[in-house]
Amino acid sequence: MSRELVSANHAAAMAAVLAARANRSGRGFGSGVYPITPQTECIELLCEEEIEKGQVVRVESEHSAMAVCIGFSLGGARTFTASSSNGLAYMAENVFNAAFYRLPVVMMAVNRTLGPPWNIWVDHGDTLMLRDAGWVQLYCEDNQEVADTILAAYRLGEDPRILLPVMVCQDAFILSHTMMLTDFPEQPEVDAFLPPLELPHRLTDRPRVVGGLDFPRETEVHRIQHANAMALVPEVYREVQATFRSRFGRALADPVVPYRVEDAEMLLVSMGTTASTVRTVVDRARERGIRAGALRLRMFRPFPEEALRGYLAGRARVGVLDRNLCPGLGGIVWAELRGVAPPGCLVQGYVLGMGGGDIRPEHVERVLQDLTSRQRAGEPSFVEVGS
Amino acid sequence: MNEPLLEGMVQTDRDRGENLLRAGNTNCGGCGMSVGLLMLGRAAADRPIQLVIPACCGIVTAGPFPASAYGAPVVASTFASAAAVGAGLAHVARLNGEPTRVVCWAGDGGTYDIGMATLSAAAERDDDVLYICYDNEIYGNTGGQRSSATPQGAATTTTPHGKVGEKKDILAIMAAHRVPYAATLSLAHPEDMLRKMREALELRGFRFLHLLSPCPTGWKSEPADGLELVRLAVRSGLYLVYEVFGGSHVRLNVEPELSEPALERYFALQGRFKRSKVDLRQVREGIRAQLEELRRRL
Repeated sequence: MSRELVSANHAAAMAAVLAARANRSGRGFGSGVYPITPQTECIELLCEEEIEKGQVVRVESEHSAMAVCIGFSLGGARTFTASSSNGLAYMAENVFNAAFYRLPVVMMAVNRTLGPPWNIWVDHGDTLMLRDAGWVQLYCEDNQEVADTILAAYRLGEDPRILLPVMVCQDAFILSHTMMLTDFPEQPEVDAFLPPLELPHRLTDRPRVVGGLDFPRETEVHRIQHANAMALVPEVYREVQATFRSRFGRALADPVVPYRVEDAEMLLVSMGTTASTVRTVVDRARERGIRAGALRLRMFRPFPEEALRGYLAGRARVGVLDRNLCPGLGGIVWAELRGVAPPGCLVQGYVLGMGGGDIRPEHVERVLQDLTSRQRAGEPSFVEVGS
Repeated sequence: MNEPLLEGMVQTDRDRGENLLRAGNTNCGGCGMSVGLLMLGRAAADRPIQLVIPACCGIVTAGPFPASAYGAPVVASTFASAAAVGAGLAHVARLNGEPTRVVCWAGDGGTYDIGMATLSAAAERDDDVLYICYDNEIYGNTGGQRSSATPQGAATTTTPHGKVGEKKDILAIMAAHRVPYAATLSLAHPEDMLRKMREALELRGFRFLHLLSPCPTGWKSEPADGLELVRLAVRSGLYLVYEVFGGSHVRLNVEPELSEPALERYFALQGRFKRSKVDLRQVREGIRAQLEELRRRL
């Protein structure tokens, strides 16, 4: 194991390179890359590395970055790319394609505000836009988790029961450009964790069409297969967690990460780095005798319904902190979470930190105060945090 | 077993076991693409090939899942992505030391229009892909709308009175990328076509072939007239049959007769030019200018 002081962009690239090299005894590695702030350092590092039996293709757009990955993956190679914000929007068509082809592409997405107006700071609206793309989505809280999740994403996505692409998301600048001490396993350990990719439907010399015409009946079956694979993700993820721990000697976080929930009357739910601030506020509330707890939603697709139902059972109040806005609806996490809350539980949505505003403890305190004093849930509430 | 074709000239001892375009395909009668695919199969012979076909008539050709009318593996890519998907596949073949040749088979919409950036980028990177554009001069799959490959004066569903602008010069664009090989193919000149296809399959790096592909449905022409239309286009000089090596060395493969009757007949045989009354004098000037330009580069 080596311990390095790196940004989360570099942590993602370093983990991807380890995974890439691990497939040298298989059909190799390939990547299509295109720069966009704030993920550029990730693909720059990838371009610096010598990868045995690997090829990085510098393409002309995000749309082609994913297309090149699709080509590599259909050829049986392991693949990786990274993007963000408008880049993801431009890539979207092929993002769906990768999932519908059932290809275990791994993409690191740095969450950034969609423009215009142009804003390079964190907002989860970009990857949430792709929540229906058929990918597994995992959101990270620190650099270590980014590196670990990239490695785990290959193990999960390449599992023959799953065969789905995985998006590993992290917050712009708060993680992407912040250096943290991060542990990386040695190559032989990664080789053991990630056996060569065996894509059962990779292109060979056998005549057939991948992704051609489907009539309704066939499409129905393909979609149901896709849904069934998604439904298996939580179970396979638990296996990946166990293997991860035994190989690397540390834990891989749960799909839903609880904090001081045991006797909590109310829960604050958030995603990404917001969760760290929420924990501080929960601690302070506890000192004041308020029985607050927190959940960090790490897996957004598949939606970890069972785990959430378990944590939400018996709670009186739940506040959902969304760093995104779906105009006409509210926060997307809130909208989805309402469906799994127990009857009688007050679920209130809060939208804060859009466009990368710094979510500080006082903002979360306001959320907690509002949640505590409410008689009933209402319209999603904006908590303006400024810059 | 392949039937003897073209007096046996395409037969070799390395022939594919079956045609590249198999029975059960959905192509219209008289589709130029069908002949192009048969010729590609002959040219590829027993080499393993993988096809990347973006949204276009060519992917409908295959028929619905799980059937395939193609005698080779095919990836159906998104409209703009053929060259990029092909690049990925070609790299995997190289990394694994496999002899597989990757061929992108795309219509004019996916080449001249929506796929242009992808195509240009793959050419600039010199990815090891053979890109063949079968050009029927319309969006055929969606029922015949204009593309930037539609010639001036041609009526389409989005230019019902005839297209105003000129057709894009795709071969000049591709040659300007200084790719190892770029050539036009005439269905009416099978020996030349087969030779170029073989040569293009053999070469490494990015290779581009352009095939004028008659579309009876869109051109409002008789299905049986397809090859004749191409012959007329070549004889009149409307379609120049040539090849460009490395973007600079040009070879004219078929000397155009600049035949007046051929030009008149080319337009007369197609319903799509009826309404707009194409100005033949202007067309002739265009042919002369293009030929002069080409001769300068010979």
